[in-house]
Amino acid sequence: MIVFIIRRLVGAVLLLFVVSAVTFSIFFVVPRLAGATAEDLASRYVGKTADEQQVRQMADKLGFHDPLVVQYGRFAKGIVAGADYDYGPAAEHCPAPCFGYSFLTQAPVWPDLLDRLPVTASLAAGASAIWLLAGVATGVISALRRGSIFDRAAMGVALAGVSLPIFFTGLLALGIFSYTLGVTAPGSSYTALAEDPAQWAYDLILPWITIAFLYAAGYARLTSSGMLETMSEDFIRTARAKGLPERTVVLKHGLRATLTPIVTIFGLDVGLLLGGAILTESTFSLNGIGRYAILAIGANDLPKVMGVTMVAAFFIVLANLVVDILYAVVDPRVRLT
Amino acid sequence: MTGTEDMAGTARDRPEDFLTVRDLRVHFPTDDGLVRAVDGVSFRLQRGRTLGIVGESGSGKSVASLAVMGLHSGGPARISGEIWLDGEELVGASAERVRRLRGAKMAMIFQDPLSAMHPFYTVGAQIIEAYRIHNDVRRSVARAHAIDLLARVGIPEPASRVDDYPHQFSGGMRQRAMIAMALSCDPELLIADEPTTALDVTVQAQILDLIRELQAEFHSAVIIITHDLGVVAELADDVLVMYAGKPVEYGSATDLFDLPQHPYTWGLLGSMPRLDRDRSERLLPIPGTPPSLITVPPGCAFHPRCGHTDAVGTACREKVPELTEVAPEHRIACHLGAAQRERIWRTEIAPKL
Amino acid sequence: MSTPEPGGALLSVSGLRKHFPVRRGLIRHTVGAVKAVDGLDFAVTTGETMALVGESGCGKTTTGRLLTRLLEPTAGSIVFDGHDITHLSQSRMRPLRRDIQMIFQDPYSSLNPRHTVGTIVGAPYRLQKVRTEHGVKRAVQELLELVGLNPEHYNRYPHEFSGGQRQRIGIARTLALRPKLIVADEPVSALDVSIQAQVINLLADLQDELELTYVVIAHDLSVVRHIADRVAVMYLGTLVELADRDSLYAAPRHPYTVALMSAVPIPEPSRRLQRDRIRLTGDVPSPLNPPPACRFHTRCWKAQPVCRQTEPPLVELTPGHQVACHFPEDVPPATPAG
Ligand SMILES: Nc1ncnc2c1ncn2[C@@H]1O[C@H](COP(=O)(O)OP(=O)(O)OP(=O)(O)O)[C@@H](O)[C@H]1O
Ligand SMILES: Nc1ncnc2c1ncn2[C@@H]1O[C@H](COP(=O)(O)OP(=O)(O)O)[C@@H](O)[C@H]1O
Ligand code: SF4
Ligand code: SF4
Ligand SMILES: [Mg+2]
Ligand SMILES: [Mg+2]
Repeated sequence: MIVFIIRRLVGAVLLLFVVSAVTFSIFFVVPRLAGATAEDLASRYVGKTADEQQVRQMADKLGFHDPLVVQYGRFAKGIVAGADYDYGPAAEHCPAPCFGYSFLTQAPVWPDLLDRLPVTASLAAGASAIWLLAGVATGVISALRRGSIFDRAAMGVALAGVSLPIFFTGLLALGIFSYTLGVTAPGSSYTALAEDPAQWAYDLILPWITIAFLYAAGYARLTSSGMLETMSEDFIRTARAKGLPERTVVLKHGLRATLTPIVTIFGLDVGLLLGGAILTESTFSLNGIGRYAILAIGANDLPKVMGVTMVAAFFIVLANLVVDILYAVVDPRVRLT
Repeated sequence: MTGTEDMAGTARDRPEDFLTVRDLRVHFPTDDGLVRAVDGVSFRLQRGRTLGIVGESGSGKSVASLAVMGLHSGGPARISGEIWLDGEELVGASAERVRRLRGAKMAMIFQDPLSAMHPFYTVGAQIIEAYRIHNDVRRSVARAHAIDLLARVGIPEPASRVDDYPHQFSGGMRQRAMIAMALSCDPELLIADEPTTALDVTVQAQILDLIRELQAEFHSAVIIITHDLGVVAELADDVLVMYAGKPVEYGSATDLFDLPQHPYTWGLLGSMPRLDRDRSERLLPIPGTPPSLITVPPGCAFHPRCGHTDAVGTACREKVPELTEVAPEHRIACHLGAAQRERIWRTEIAPKL
Repeated sequence: MSTPEPGGALLSVSGLRKHFPVRRGLIRHTVGAVKAVDGLDFAVTTGETMALVGESGCGKTTTGRLLTRLLEPTAGSIVFDGHDITHLSQSRMRPLRRDIQMIFQDPYSSLNPRHTVGTIVGAPYRLQKVRTEHGVKRAVQELLELVGLNPEHYNRYPHEFSGGQRQRIGIARTLALRPKLIVADEPVSALDVSIQAQVINLLADLQDELELTYVVIAHDLSVVRHIADRVAVMYLGTLVELADRDSLYAAPRHPYTVALMSAVPIPEPSRRLQRDRIRLTGDVPSPLNPPPACRFHTRCWKAQPVCRQTEPPLVELTPGHQVACHFPEDVPPATPAG
């Protein structure tokens, strides 16, 4: 088991390196291949009014004339160990993980990102808890009462959930619950969990439900089809033959086996969500990572975009790792490999 | 449908019968039509005795045994007939009542022990669970009981193997563990559905010995379901041969193997390669394939494959033969007259077996 | 290509080994090997049926896959019809595939459910780009008829057939290219007795008609007695006994063979208590760590210290009867059985 975890960990770290290399390539290598010169790249780091001399100096400082490998090494080192920027008179230290400085604000990217992470994390945590519980519960009941009114209604709602875009359901929910009924927060507010848990939940409940509505549908379908399959397995018949009450058969024997693939998808979905719930954050005007990414892209603020990309990638790789380990915990047969 | 008094096989009630099944029918409505998986099966069984149910795959053996265990409840199956277990009727009993008997008074062993055990729980946990549903004991007591049982069924080092998962056991050990689980509450009726089909002959012999020993020890009634006549001959006192959901021959094991009376039983015996006889140049297969249970052939369901219809005439195709007694405690369902049967057996069948 | 006269060896195998490496640990280094097949020597003559029997996991299927070169041997040699095929590449092997075919155990999973019977049975013609006299369809229909299926079922799908019929489809497919050697891995073990007998008879008829040579893998000794001319008994990757059918069944000499035969249930209830049986205890040991010297010594009731120290060689005790045991069973005095 330990060996298994270590191997997966090593794999995850390697994967992150690959991701960083790819990110680096997209932002620095591909433009060069497309014909951009070192100066073209550097020109984005200086004001629009800078002359050629300044641009060349900047390109030198940023090392755009160095071989690509050296550039990548510096990029990677910045993320792992921090970087020092030498601006002639003043040298500045950018602590790890260093994604550079924003073009617009000149502020380092990481602290900014760190500021917004709790918002996105809160969003992901609450929403995923809701959709997991609601989706799995609906799925189980649907499977057990196949063809019933509940099943058909649930699957109908599920279909709506998957097919309606989030800005539609989000705005609809805002319109009804916040503006008309006034029972939920009208968006754009966020209170830290540590500060006031009740307020935290109150602020986020609507976006949670909106996201959960989108995902729960898929989980309900997945659980329902998984349960239908599991409940026809031989070991379920054995469980019944022992004289177990149907509740135990379903929840202890059936659900346990069904959950395994769901755990996998759940991990990946949460990873993706942590990487930025772009539409939801925009719809509810929440200052999370997703919204940060949108603004950065709009402003062509390269270091920010790169930072968000790396953070998103990190969460997805992390989620993968957690899923792998969880899988081994859930399914003893996996541990041997 | 005929009345209940001439219920094939169990015309008289015997007080010593522990299990009596009368005219059991299990039908499944499906999109393609009604599947008559079990269609009028009757048998009875005393404590300490073994009934073998034989037939090709799809003949309704498993469905019949699951019906006895009450394992069709909640599903689409339509069940009729009577199942009397130790004086208690089960077809009409509440699902909750039958559940309480399941695992305690009657237990079952399944064919493929790998898929029949939950892959995510240890062998011990699964035995402990079986014991604790019916016995209000602490976990540690149940665990000690599980280890005892594993030792009893011949698992080496039971105290450490109890924490293994099913995939860490070999096929034979898994089947032993299944048996341990079934025996956890000292059931009085044990149903083994193809318990050795997935195993090697050497392991099969071990498991059959084990079932025999345990039966002697617990004095339980045993039903062994199999398609292998050899296995039945090893264990059973009485044998019920099924074809297309119906019983075709029912009698003591010695009668059935020494003086089989039904053409289908003849066919089964003729297609079996045997080590205890001189090698015949050719086996004598039954031609054709078993029928679909949705469109069972009219009359005798076996008639499209039977080689003796000429001796009977049109009745084979038109009239369903009733299971009737042709010798004491030996019943068959066939239109052939006694004299014809005797002649065919003597001249055509016996010399070739 | 020379066609050896009947009676000559069509296939001969010597020192055949297949070890599957087992990798463990952080860097997946090799920590050992599953010795699935560990030194086989035998020959199959043209026109005969040779059977491989043994318990699950003793290496029967692996041997079959080596013979058909679906696997590459670790050591040893396989000579088929005068060609050394031990290490032939897939492309060099292709022309020979016409002559060596395999029938698989599971009639359910070995047929593609999305292809019609016509496509399945005709596939070998297309793969090998063989021209047929009257077109592929005619050829396929003749094959279907040959194996006892209705040629009009050409356009049906596998799921419309019963287990026995599917096995017939599988057989028709292997016959398409008129092979010389057919390796059949448990061809009847998934079938009901009545159907099993049909397929056994079919295999015998086809052998007569098409002059086929069979290597049949089976675990059921009573089935093997019906189809085989010679029988090789395997235990943990090695041959323990190799003999003519009659000689083997009349007087098995290796303790393992004796135990296997003794375990076969006899359909005669009146005699069940009179039989003195030999019961092996426990399971087959793991081929990852087979017991040293005689591999059977952990379960053998005749084992002596020498059995744990020296591996008994496979020697010919009587003509055509080879046994690998230090203390072979005696031949019972003059009870000629069939
Ligand atoms: N690809 C593989 N990698 C590792 N081990 C293997 C592989 N294929 C087979 N083995 C092992 O080799 C041994 C022999 O396997 P094989 O399938 O030949 O047995 P068999 O005699 O055909 O058994 P059965 O009667 O169950 O079909 C087994 O222990 C098996 O687990
Ligand atoms: N739930 C079900 N719905 C429809 N048909 C079923 C169901 N269960 C079993 N059957 C059918 O009943 C017949 C008898 O099955 P079974 O008792 O399992 O045969 P066997 O004699 O091989 O044990 C088969 O044709 C099978 O397809
Ligand atoms: S009733 Fe007719 S068809 Fe049926 S078994 Fe008897 S002879 Fe054969
Ligand atoms: S060599 Fe020894 S251990 Fe091996 S089979 Fe013979 S007697 Fe038994
Ligand atoms: Mg069955
Ligand atoms: Mg095999």
